[in-house]
Amino acid sequence: MAEPTGATALGTPADDTVPRRTSPRGYWTNVAKRLRRDKLTLFFALLLALVFLSAIFAPWLAPADPYATSMLKRLTPIGTPGYPLGADELGRDMLTRLLYGGRLSLLMGILPVVNATVAGCILGLIAGFFGGRVNMAIMRAMDVFYAFPSVLLAIAIAGALGAGVVNTIVSLTVVFIPPITRITESVTTRIRKQDFVEAARATGAGNLSLIRVHVLGNVLAPVLIYASSLVSISIILAAGLSFLGLGATPPEPEWGLMLNTLRDAIFVSPWVAVVPGVMIFITSMSFNMLSDGLRHAMDVRM
Amino acid sequence: MEVRGLVKHFPIRGGLFQRQVAAVQAVDDVSFTVRRGETLGIVGESGCGKSTTARLLIRLIEPDAGEVLIDDRQVGSKTGLSLKALRRDMQMVFQDSYSSLNPRLPILDTITYGPIVHGMPKSRAREKALDLLRKVGLDPDTYALRYPHEMSGGQRQRVNIARALALDPRIVILDEAVSALDKSVQAQVLNLLMELRRELSLTYLFISHDLEVVQFISDRVLVMYLGKVVELGPVAALYQAPQHPYTKALLSAMPEMDVDRRKQEPPLTGDPPTPINPPSGCRFHPRCPFAEPVCERVEPLLTRLAGSPDHVSACHMAIAGSGHSAAPETQNSSTSRIAEPPKESARP
Amino acid sequence: MTAYVIRRFLYAIPIALGVAVIIFSLVHIAPGDPLSALVPADAPSSVVERLRRDYGMDRPVPAQFVLWLGRTLSGDLGVSIATGRPVAGELTRAVANTLLLAVCASLIGFPLGILLGGVAGYFNGRAIDRIATATAITGVSVPHYWLGMLLVIVFSVELNLLPAMGMGPGGSSAWSWDWTHLRHLVLPAVTLSVIPMGIVTRTVRATVAEIMNEDFVEALRAKGMRESQVVRHVAKNAAPTALAVIGLQLGYLLGGSILVEVVFAWPGTGFMLNTAIIRRDLPLLQGTILVLSMFFVLVNLLVDILQTMLDPRMQRA
Repeated sequence: MAEPTGATALGTPADDTVPRRTSPRGYWTNVAKRLRRDKLTLFFALLLALVFLSAIFAPWLAPADPYATSMLKRLTPIGTPGYPLGADELGRDMLTRLLYGGRLSLLMGILPVVNATVAGCILGLIAGFFGGRVNMAIMRAMDVFYAFPSVLLAIAIAGALGAGVVNTIVSLTVVFIPPITRITESVTTRIRKQDFVEAARATGAGNLSLIRVHVLGNVLAPVLIYASSLVSISIILAAGLSFLGLGATPPEPEWGLMLNTLRDAIFVSPWVAVVPGVMIFITSMSFNMLSDGLRHAMDVRM
Repeated sequence: MEVRGLVKHFPIRGGLFQRQVAAVQAVDDVSFTVRRGETLGIVGESGCGKSTTARLLIRLIEPDAGEVLIDDRQVGSKTGLSLKALRRDMQMVFQDSYSSLNPRLPILDTITYGPIVHGMPKSRAREKALDLLRKVGLDPDTYALRYPHEMSGGQRQRVNIARALALDPRIVILDEAVSALDKSVQAQVLNLLMELRRELSLTYLFISHDLEVVQFISDRVLVMYLGKVVELGPVAALYQAPQHPYTKALLSAMPEMDVDRRKQEPPLTGDPPTPINPPSGCRFHPRCPFAEPVCERVEPLLTRLAGSPDHVSACHMAIAGSGHSAAPETQNSSTSRIAEPPKESARP
Repeated sequence: MTAYVIRRFLYAIPIALGVAVIIFSLVHIAPGDPLSALVPADAPSSVVERLRRDYGMDRPVPAQFVLWLGRTLSGDLGVSIATGRPVAGELTRAVANTLLLAVCASLIGFPLGILLGGVAGYFNGRAIDRIATATAITGVSVPHYWLGMLLVIVFSVELNLLPAMGMGPGGSSAWSWDWTHLRHLVLPAVTLSVIPMGIVTRTVRATVAEIMNEDFVEALRAKGMRESQVVRHVAKNAAPTALAVIGLQLGYLLGGSILVEVVFAWPGTGFMLNTAIIRRDLPLLQGTILVLSMFFVLVNLLVDILQTMLDPRMQRA
């Protein structure tokens, strides 16, 4: 973009061409601006916000008690007065359980990615920045975990630990640490070789200062984008583990577990049985779209 | 500053078990002296070890052998100059003005980073950075808070210069510092560099493949070929009477405006051989039009030239009694074989 | 090239060993006495004692690992708690059934993904690109076990077109290539193909779009090359990346089939894993995961080598 600088003041040489000042300063301001223009991403962000709010405020929004069973109301179809989304196999109000279910499903889906991002970032920064043997040791260990398909690894660990919300979070965290470490390592290695890190090292700065000031700031954006793209998979996997009977335990309301217990009912009341999956789908889809939108806004190529 | 016997070989691994099968002899036994207040130009084709030399001097990479002395204090030794102290004394400006600035930091923070690392209070570092911006010709009010991508190449290189000067170094290494800039911008930055050298009594190590630029700014010029110094001399002498066939070839490839002064020597043919397992003897002999058997067998040492005490060249044709048919007579006592020009007292 | 192949093979050994360590340690991260995880609760104490000796449970953990590895390599994967039969025997048929399902799913998912991704990348930014991209995003976002239920409801419950459960009449787990069995294969294979289809579409689209932006495509057109030939050039350049993602997805299909198999009561490894989980049958869990992950290691190895053959620049240790 050839555009003459407007500020050719006395001391300022009329150098070659100057890129147009595109923005108020700063990278993040630009990102926010681009995001605001992306209507599709905004729509899914709004949808996701609704899912979160409904989970958080479930006790105030829900029309019924999520644990109250009623033999008479078993598998009430969708649209029955008082039961807008029907009732499950034990006669519990579906809408209520969907609202409450988001709490565990979101927690079990998001927390592993958050944990893994922190751990993977630290491991990847160390491996990428120091290189050599340290890199070898860390990355070869990650390769071993990479040798499992992610679903299998999650099931193996959760299956050995037994059912439970905490066990699910632990096993999914283990699943997501290697990919995040790998991305962080490759970005860090690339950044470390750039001249500005060399230049900063040439000022006599220590490793910790170099990582904090010069590496982390440049690594964080692509890593966060990548991590955000994992949330969608994590939501599906967490609910999937519950679906297999490994995650949440009855009678807790959780979307995957609800799908599991309603599975036998698909011949009796098929559309009620499908409802929890819609929530998993919406949530995972929204995270995917949001992650894509963020990637575009942050202009990260991977 | 004195450099003695600097060596850096990079291993190349290959084969079934990734053993070291060869080495890139990036810098091989390089010695020279830089005098206070002068500009020493280093020229050579890409891959000849110029940039590696720069990085070795500022210890971004560790040398395999050799030593660097600043004011007779050895860098990195216990009794000598610590790395931190070295980096106060010596700074570097890189070629790529964009990648050598952190894209996530406003340029003010890039400039203050070094002084803060060395313990300067933030407010003073800030004052200093604003002052430096003014010195390199950038209006602080307009530019201090800009990000690198909001500036032009020339402006960014000015920032890089300011960053290098922020630690008050005595020696600045300019590694292809103007090579990536447009010609007109190059001239401005070169003028700025010369002004700064005078004002702050700096010593420059100016690395470039651009002979014109080197001629313009340097006091003395060092020519490198495949990790070796082949010629070193005062700029005027070296450009008017190059001794080494490689230097001659380089200079003849230079565009000359004056038709009468166009040189006759054949330009270089072929690509430079790789510094992996370089040729024996004189490394230039496979491309040299004057090569004789001796050139393949014996490695020529840097030898002072007859009649010009400051000019050395590593060519058998300049070494008395080397066995080359064009070599001067042995009885000529004014040539003496040395590996290094004698150190001289600092110039005013 | 040969050196690379050999090196890559040798590199697979420590990886496989690492995988074995993780699988071995599953018994040890399980709550309670590791032995109690391996034998039925009602086993007589003499049997328990004999097993404790055989498995070396009275010895340090590294020694136990060596013992276990030796038994595993000789094909002894332990005895299932639930059925009392050797795990290895139970697994053979299950693995074959899972492979059948995975291969059929790839035959649906990969060509579709390549086609969608290629078209979308070529017509970057146009309506058809947006449709393909939306399909891909939906594909990777949909919980496939839920999609399976949905398909069962539509095609089995409501329309009564296709069977909902098992791989043949009467819940048998023996496969034969006839119409009845093929009808059972349709829904699970389609369900399983959705995620790899989405991922392949996205990757191929990104790769093709990037190649289309490169100077050489411009140059080919400037030379007056016909568009069909340009397309062929682009396809050739996108092939290594497409192959890499397909190879990875093939491996993931083996693991990802678990949930689909549960939904459709498909008698493969996933169904077996589900049984193992419900009955807390750790030998069965260990054995199944060992076999599947070794398959995955092998697939990765082959893909890496194949990819290097296509594009020697891709060599990695």
